[in-house]
Amino acid sequence: MFDIERWEEIFEAISKNKLRTFLTGLSVGSGIFILIILLGIGNGMKNGIQSKFEEDSASLIVLWTQATSMEYKGLNANRNIDYTLDDFNYAKKRYKNHVAEATLRYRRWGALTTYKKESGSYAMVGAMPDMLGIENASLNAGRFISEDDLKNNAKVTCIGHQIATDLFKNYEKAIGEYIQANGIQFKVIGVYSDPGGERDNTKLFIPHTTMSQIYNTKENVGQLFFTLTPESTFDETNEKSEKFLSQYKTYLRKKHNVHPDDLKAIQSHSSLDEAKKFIILNRMMSLFFWGIGILTLIAGIVGVSNIMLIIVKERTKEIGIRKALGAQPKSIIAMILHESIFITTISGFIGLFLSLLLLQFAGPQIKSEFILNPSVNFGVAVTTVVLLIISGAIAGYLPARHASKIKPIIALRDE
Amino acid sequence: MIEIKDLHKSYQMGSNSLHVLKGIDFNVQEGELVSIMGSSGSGKSTLLNIIGILDEADKGTYTLDNTIIKNLSEKVAAEYRNKFLGFIFQSFNLINYKNAIDNVALPLYYQGVNRKERNEKALHYLEKVGLADWATHLPNELSGGQKQRVAIARALASDPKVLLADEPTGALDTKTSYEVMELIQNINDEGKTILIVTHEPDIAQMTKRIVDLKDGLIINDTYIEPVIAKAHV
Repeated sequence: MFDIERWEEIFEAISKNKLRTFLTGLSVGSGIFILIILLGIGNGMKNGIQSKFEEDSASLIVLWTQATSMEYKGLNANRNIDYTLDDFNYAKKRYKNHVAEATLRYRRWGALTTYKKESGSYAMVGAMPDMLGIENASLNAGRFISEDDLKNNAKVTCIGHQIATDLFKNYEKAIGEYIQANGIQFKVIGVYSDPGGERDNTKLFIPHTTMSQIYNTKENVGQLFFTLTPESTFDETNEKSEKFLSQYKTYLRKKHNVHPDDLKAIQSHSSLDEAKKFIILNRMMSLFFWGIGILTLIAGIVGVSNIMLIIVKERTKEIGIRKALGAQPKSIIAMILHESIFITTISGFIGLFLSLLLLQFAGPQIKSEFILNPSVNFGVAVTTVVLLIISGAIAGYLPARHASKIKPIIALRDE
Repeated sequence: MIEIKDLHKSYQMGSNSLHVLKGIDFNVQEGELVSIMGSSGSGKSTLLNIIGILDEADKGTYTLDNTIIKNLSEKVAAEYRNKFLGFIFQSFNLINYKNAIDNVALPLYYQGVNRKERNEKALHYLEKVGLADWATHLPNELSGGQKQRVAIARALASDPKVLLADEPTGALDTKTSYEVMELIQNINDEGKTILIVTHEPDIAQMTKRIVDLKDGLIINDTYIEPVIAKAHV
C-alpha cells in the first residue's frame, strides 16, 4: 500500500488528464453527496418525530374495563368487572423498578360547582399526586394533591384554570377559597393548566380516597394510569412496555376470573403504539433513502468503471510496453485498482465533506415540524467511507483485469 | 544462448489457418550479432515475438540460456522477459509522460530495485548512449535518434542476456540509422548477444550473421564480416 513508486505513477497518470479525472470523481462525489443528504434528512425526520412524542408522556399506559365477552368458570358472559385498589398496588409493587408514575382515576361528570354567586358544571376526578405529571399539566398557582391529602381524605381540590376564570375571574384569588361541588365543600389548593384544550381545563381534581369515601366506591377504583421509565432506545422502551402490559393483563384476567382469551374485558391503551407507527414509517423512509443513495452511488461506480475502461483502452500500448519490460499481471491490476480506489476515495471524501458542511450549516435553518436537526452520525460516515473504498475496488476491478489480460504483442503492434 | 528446433506457428484467421513458421531450426551463440531478414509475411516478426516470449510456438522447442521456454504462466513469462531480454522497437515505445531516466529505470522498477540504485543505473546507461544531459527530458522533447537511444538504454538497463530489436532503424533516416547501428555494434563488442529484425540490406550488412527467412522457413544463414557503422556516420 505505501509504495511511493506507485503513488508517483498514479499522480503522473492523473495529472496527465485532469479533466477526465475530474469527471470520474464527480460521479462518485455526487453519489456520496446525495446519499449523505438523504440520510441526513431521514435522520432529521426521525428527530422531528421523536421530539413530538417527547412532549407527551411517551410511555403512558391506561387500563380500563368493559363487560366480559366469554363465559368462564361458571360465570356468565357480559359480566361487569371493576379494578380494585389491590390491582393497582400489585402493579406498583411488582414493577416498582419500572413504573415512573402511577395514579388511579375515577371520574364523575357534571358536578355542579358554586362559589358565591358563580356556578358551573364540571368533571370531578379522583386522582393521585402523579396525575399532574401524567396529564402533562402545570400549576399556575398553589399546589397539586399530596400524599397527605390522600391519607387524610382531605376535602381539597386543584381546579383547572378555566374553572378558576369562571368562578373567580382571577385565578390567583382562588387559592384558599372554599367552593361547593355536588353539595360538598372543598378548599381550593391549586390551579393547573393543561395544554390539551378547554375541556382538559374544566376538571376538579380531588384526592382519590376522598372520592371513594364520598361515593362509596371502594370496590371500583376506576381506571389505572402508569408511565414507565424510558430506556436508552425506543425499541427497548417499547419492549418493556409491551412486556409490562401483557404480564399485567394476564394477572388481571386471572384475578377477575376473566377467560384468558377474552380480549374485551381488560382494555388498555399505550401511547407507544402511536409512536411505533411513526417510527416504523420512519424506518421505511430511512431504508428507502439508503436505497436511493446506494443506487445513485452505483450509478457513480458504473461511471468510474466506464471511464477506467476507457483509460485502460487509451493506455493499452503503455501497458503492453510495461508487460514487455517485465511487469507482472498483478502489478498491472494493482496499478489500475490503486488509481480507481484513489480517485473514488478522494472524490467521495470531497462529496462527504461538502454534504456534511451543508447539513452543518443549512440543517439548523430548516424550520419544519417534521424535520429537526438533520445530521448523520459518525457510524454512518464511517460506513460511507468503507462503501467508497469498496466501490472504488469494484469500479476498478473489471478494467484492471481487462488491462492485465492485454497481450503485449497486440499492444505493441505498429499501426 | 538460443536454441530453436523445428518451430511451428500458425494463426487462426477466421476459418482459415495461416501457417507462419513451418519448422525453424536456429541457434545463436553468446556474443553474436544476428540480423533476421525477410519480406513482410516471411514470419520474421513472429519468430522474434516467440524468441521474446511475447508469443508461444505451437510445436517445437525453444531454449533460452539453458531454460526451456514452454507453457509459461503470464507471471513467469514476465519474469523471464525482465531477466533475459531487452526489447528495442521500431516506434521506440517510450512511455511519453515519463522522462528519459524514468523510462530507462522502468525494467529495474519491475525487478524491485530500490529507487536510488535504479536512478544510478539508469543514468549510467544513459551516459553509455550519450544522453546523460537529456535525462530529465520527456520523450517528445527528443529527436527520433535520441528516442531510440533512450530505448536502447532501457533495453540494457536490466542487463539482459539477449537484446531483441524489431526494425530498430525503421523510423529513422539513414544517418541516424547508422548512428544507432554504431551504438548496437559497440554494445555487441562488449559481449552482448543481439538479434535484429530488419528488411534493410545495409543494416543487415552491419551485423555478423544474416538469416534470410521466406515463407516461414530459413532459406539462407551466412556469417559475414560486418561493415563498421562508424565509418559511414
